[in-house]
Amino acid sequence: MPTIVVEVMPKAELLDPAGKAVTGALHRLGHESIAEVRIGKRFELRVDGEVDADLLKQVEEVAADMLANGVIEDVIDVRVEDAGAAGETR
Amino acid sequence: MRVGVITFPGSLDDRDAMRAIRLAGAEPVALWHGTHDLDGVDAIVLPGGFSYGDYLRAGAIAARSPIMAEVIEAANDGMPVLGICNGFQILVETHLLPGGLVQNDHGDFIRRDQRLRVESTSSAWTNGFAEGQEITIPLKNGEGGYIASEETLDQLEGDGLVAFRYLDVNPNGSMRDIAGLRNERGNVVGLMPHPEHAVEAGFGPDTALAMRSGVDGLTFFTSVLQQSVLR
Repeated sequence: MPTIVVEVMPKAELLDPAGKAVTGALHRLGHESIAEVRIGKRFELRVDGEVDADLLKQVEEVAADMLANGVIEDVIDVRVEDAGAAGETR
Repeated sequence: MRVGVITFPGSLDDRDAMRAIRLAGAEPVALWHGTHDLDGVDAIVLPGGFSYGDYLRAGAIAARSPIMAEVIEAANDGMPVLGICNGFQILVETHLLPGGLVQNDHGDFIRRDQRLRVESTSSAWTNGFAEGQEITIPLKNGEGGYIASEETLDQLEGDGLVAFRYLDVNPNGSMRDIAGLRNERGNVVGLMPHPEHAVEAGFGPDTALAMRSGVDGLTFFTSVLQQSVLR
C-alpha cells in the first residue's frame, strides 16, 4: 500500500522546549558534540490505490491546512515512499 | 440569558464553567461537540481541558469538530464566544483569533494564581472591568505561550485587541506578555488563565483579605449578561 509521508517541523526561529530538554539530557550523558535537537512530526498516510498528482495535491493542501499550523510550524516535506518501505514490517 | 458550554472529549473545566455562569445569574446549557446543535443559546463558552487528547496540536482537532461549524458561523454573526485555555487554543486554530499557542518556553506545565492587567474592556466578556484593572485568576497550562508574527503583534496592539497581559511573571514565554485577546467586534475573547476558577469565595485565589476569597473571574460572566441587557 503506497504511503505518503508528511514531515512537519516547528518554525526554525521558534524555541523548541522539548528539543531543548532532550539536548540537555544528551549533554548530561556525555554527548556534547550534539549541539542541538529539534523535534518535529512525521505523518504516514496510507492510501488505497495509486498516488497520482491530484491526490498528492490534496495531501499538500491538508498538510498545510490541518496537519501543520502555519503560524507555528512548517511543512518541510510531502513525498511518496516506496510501496512497502515504511509499511510492510508493521 | 442562556449560555452554552461545549463539552469535547477531554474537556475538564466544562462543569466549572457552567457553575460560573449560574453564579453570575445566567442559565448554563450543556452542548456536545459531536452535534450541529447550539440549542438556541445566546452565548458560548469553550472550556479548558485537553480536547481530543490535544493530539496533533492543542485544540487542532476540536477546532474541526462538528459543532464548531455552527460556533464559527455564530461568532461571525456577533454571538459572544469565550475560549478559556484549551478553548483559547481552539479559537486560534479556527482563526477566530490570530496567532498560535506553543509549549511553555521553560518546558514545564505550570499552575499558579496569576495577576493580569485588563487591557481592553471593549468586549462582551470584559465590559464589567475597568481599563487597567489588575485582577488575579488561576492559570494552569503546558502550551500557553502566545506567538504571532511581529506584524500581527503590532496590529493587535495598534487596534487595542490585547485584552489581558501578564503581570509580575510571564508564566509561559508569551510574546509581549499577552494573556488574552479579543476580536475586532469584541464578541470573541480568548485567554489562557481560568476565570471560571475564581467565581466563589472559598474556591478561588488568595487575596489580601482572606484565603481563597478571590472572585475576579465572575466579572467575565456578569459582563456577558450586561452585554445582553444593553443589546
